[in-house]
Amino acid sequence: MRYTSFMSSSKPVEQIDRVVIRFAGDSGDGMQLTGDRFTSETAVFGNDLVTLPDFPAEIRAPAGSLPGVSGFQVHFADHDILTPGDQPNVLVAMNPAALKVNLADLPKGATIIVNTDAFNERNLQKAGYESNPLEDGSLSDYHVHAVALSSMTIEALKEVEGVTSREAERSKNFFALGLMSWLYHRPTEGTLAFIERKFARRPEIVEANTRAFKAGWNYGETSEDFAVSYEIAPAKLRPGTYRQISGNTALSYGLVAASRLSGLPLFLGAYPITPASSILEELAALKHFGVRTFQAEDEIAASGAALGASFGGALGVTTSAGPGVVLKSETVGLAVALELPLVVIDVQRAGPSTGMPTKPEQADLLMVLFGRNSESPVPVLAAATPADCFQMAIEAARIAITYRTPVFLLSDAYLANGSEPWRIPDVADLPAIPVEFATGDGDGFLPYARDPETLARPWAIPGTPGLEHRIGGLEKEHETGNVSYDPENHDLMVHLRAQKVAGIADDIPELQVDDPDGADTLVLGWGSTYGAIAAAARRVRASGRKVAVAHLRYLNPFPRNTGEVVHAYEKVLVPEMNLGQLRMLLRAEFLVDARGYNKVRGRPFRAAELEAAITELVDS
Amino acid sequence: MSDLVQLTAKDFKSDQEVRWCPGCGDYAILNVVQSFMPELGIPRERIVFVSGIGCAARFPYYMNTYGMHSIHGRAPAIATGLAVSRPDLSVWVVTGDGDALSIGGNHLIHALRRNVNLKILLFNNRIYGLTKGQYSPTSELGKVTKSTPMGSLDYPFNPLSVAIGAEASFVARAIDTDKKGLAAVLEAAARHRGSAFVEILQNCNIYNDGAFDGVREDKANRIYLEQGEPIRFGVEGERGVIQHEDGSAQVVDVAAVGEERLLVHDPAHREPSLAFALSRITLETDGALPLGVFRAVERAAYDELMGAQLDAAVAQHGEGDLAALLHSGDTWTVGAAG
Repeated sequence: MRYTSFMSSSKPVEQIDRVVIRFAGDSGDGMQLTGDRFTSETAVFGNDLVTLPDFPAEIRAPAGSLPGVSGFQVHFADHDILTPGDQPNVLVAMNPAALKVNLADLPKGATIIVNTDAFNERNLQKAGYESNPLEDGSLSDYHVHAVALSSMTIEALKEVEGVTSREAERSKNFFALGLMSWLYHRPTEGTLAFIERKFARRPEIVEANTRAFKAGWNYGETSEDFAVSYEIAPAKLRPGTYRQISGNTALSYGLVAASRLSGLPLFLGAYPITPASSILEELAALKHFGVRTFQAEDEIAASGAALGASFGGALGVTTSAGPGVVLKSETVGLAVALELPLVVIDVQRAGPSTGMPTKPEQADLLMVLFGRNSESPVPVLAAATPADCFQMAIEAARIAITYRTPVFLLSDAYLANGSEPWRIPDVADLPAIPVEFATGDGDGFLPYARDPETLARPWAIPGTPGLEHRIGGLEKEHETGNVSYDPENHDLMVHLRAQKVAGIADDIPELQVDDPDGADTLVLGWGSTYGAIAAAARRVRASGRKVAVAHLRYLNPFPRNTGEVVHAYEKVLVPEMNLGQLRMLLRAEFLVDARGYNKVRGRPFRAAELEAAITELVDS
Repeated sequence: MSDLVQLTAKDFKSDQEVRWCPGCGDYAILNVVQSFMPELGIPRERIVFVSGIGCAARFPYYMNTYGMHSIHGRAPAIATGLAVSRPDLSVWVVTGDGDALSIGGNHLIHALRRNVNLKILLFNNRIYGLTKGQYSPTSELGKVTKSTPMGSLDYPFNPLSVAIGAEASFVARAIDTDKKGLAAVLEAAARHRGSAFVEILQNCNIYNDGAFDGVREDKANRIYLEQGEPIRFGVEGERGVIQHEDGSAQVVDVAAVGEERLLVHDPAHREPSLAFALSRITLETDGALPLGVFRAVERAAYDELMGAQLDAAVAQHGEGDLAALLHSGDTWTVGAAG
């Protein structure tokens, strides 16, 4: 399939295999939209890609200020890639603050495209520049394209009726998008159609953005400043139909799929919190799938309502981030005692407390495992990539339903907002999730009798004649479920609950190890570090060294061969965006001398730093 | 319901031994609830009692219906999830003054404002019983308890004022030992679609004995509210309630003000201010206490509204198609040839 731009370029074209572009500007400059559109064009063109949106928690920090800078990084290539890229090859900086915040991330020789119109005295001062970096030679190590983005946009739009020059200036992000689309040969039909759709109610804005977009493209084609453009061939992906998907969208779709596969109506209890809110918003728009979303008064009620819905026979789900999940502990504890399904999604962010709401971290692992009173075992799963969130949401629901237990699914701010191409599965290939509600005439009904295989108790939902029974947070008598203070019974129940969760190990895949060369060093990761670890391992292998890689998607229970795997290697490295939480678990569980690589900066690992850490360990 | 079996109070008793203190007002309430349940004509399996923590919260264990003894203060939240996803059920929340108004205050007001289809029974004994005698959010100012040896500093909540302030669509009050009054109020609550809030004055004979003697023992101080009737009470109906121009209500001698000045009770009044004024009449302020239904207005229940949105979404988009959802947005195809 050929994709074409609305005009073809007449300038020399250079073939490259990959590029990392970062769009940066004020949070009001529309950088997320620009990045999003560029990504869509890139996805449709058929490149492999990974994105990293990076925006401030403040909705509108003061214009032109350093905290107000919003960025969107996209890495795309003609081959499969795993990370959003360590360092941008190209920075689009819409103002001095965007330049200042991002310059340190650029390698020497990188390309910088700046909006010169924004480099006025006031903005320079706000960004803390004493002199204009475009004039003082401080950017001599870079290829700088000084483009009067604002004034050229205004000029291009002066004949558009009903658009003031102030409004015209706001179309400059489409000018930038047009220029970048020319520079990298992106198809343009999608963006033109998007503009028509998005601004349908304001024809003059459609006209303005379309003109700005085309003006940007034409500028690239005619300006002598841009001598060559670049082509990156489509990647050879597995045959199939693809779309790009972010982690939160994938979680939402996975939950809807789990509802369909189990035949249970989906009930989501949630309270708005960054970076989990978009799951609530996505699902609220899917009411035609029978999805009930309940925006509760607080995090506690959100989880409580989900558990109440589960009691009634729904698939009860609650979604939050760490500062909200702490408030759900008591509900999760009750769900452990009641032995009812409940899916709890924690989109982790940097903490403690409010921390850095829009930044990723992996430091909630021990909280979800142990952050409850008493012996309170809960299965814990973690998605590895944005698209993997779909599969893991289904898995979390399957385990919750099958074993009548709360299940934690961990994501993070990077997976939530980052996106990648996703090969859309055939719905017919998704496995059914069998559900059996208890039935019977009630004679001898034992609400805490257990399935011998799963140790799950019967799920007898209200409305079932004859099975009226009472459950609660007080300790239950084995089988009858009556309140019991018997010491031996309590010991038995504590063990049964633990065994039930431990037994899930037999019902999940073994830990897969990627070890083509027979290495003596294993890198074991979990969660969103998957891409960075895999990319680093490739580089280490390319240097002639041997390294094995494995990634845990199940953290409680661990896959049944985990002990075997970690003991099969002389050296084990566990990179985590925390101070060593998985490492602590591995050491405790398997008496293995696992070493950590731990950085907690609120941003994903760079492949280069992991490459260095792995190389050092391999060579030691 | 052609095969509906006529149930009796006995059918609603569970096989669990009731373990409240001898003489506790909870026994009387349990008896009344078990006795009036058959009259509702709702099959047992469609009735669910949800409670939080506290003495009152043991209630579900004694009812032979579905039940959940949950977390301190959270019963309205948990019951909301159940009632919203299962409109076919009759969901009852049993709570106490500490459970509902202290730790669970937030959930209570939000369930009421949303008009979730819940019957909320608040057993108010103005003390913490299960933890053995600390003051509660309804204990009077200056109350001396184990945790307030020099007297409580907390100005108390008036449960009905809170509920009416939250614009509950049904608000009532009854006394634990007043079988007839309690049954009448419970039945009205059960038939109300939406949130029904009932304060039940309940005597804790161990930690706060006699808290409501002024109305529990002295029946002359009971003001039974009757829809459309002038509010008067007393042995001979010699006392009544008037409403001042500023909106406040007050107990008066009927003879002194004249019958025509008596306030006529209108629980269906659009504005909650009348019910609120009545809720301000207490034993402390007026030496008498209104009982019965303060407010009962029709407002769409939460589950109905949510169900309507689901139906409207299906009407607009058709039944959800998972494959179409997964393929929504820009897609591209990679051919087998690569």
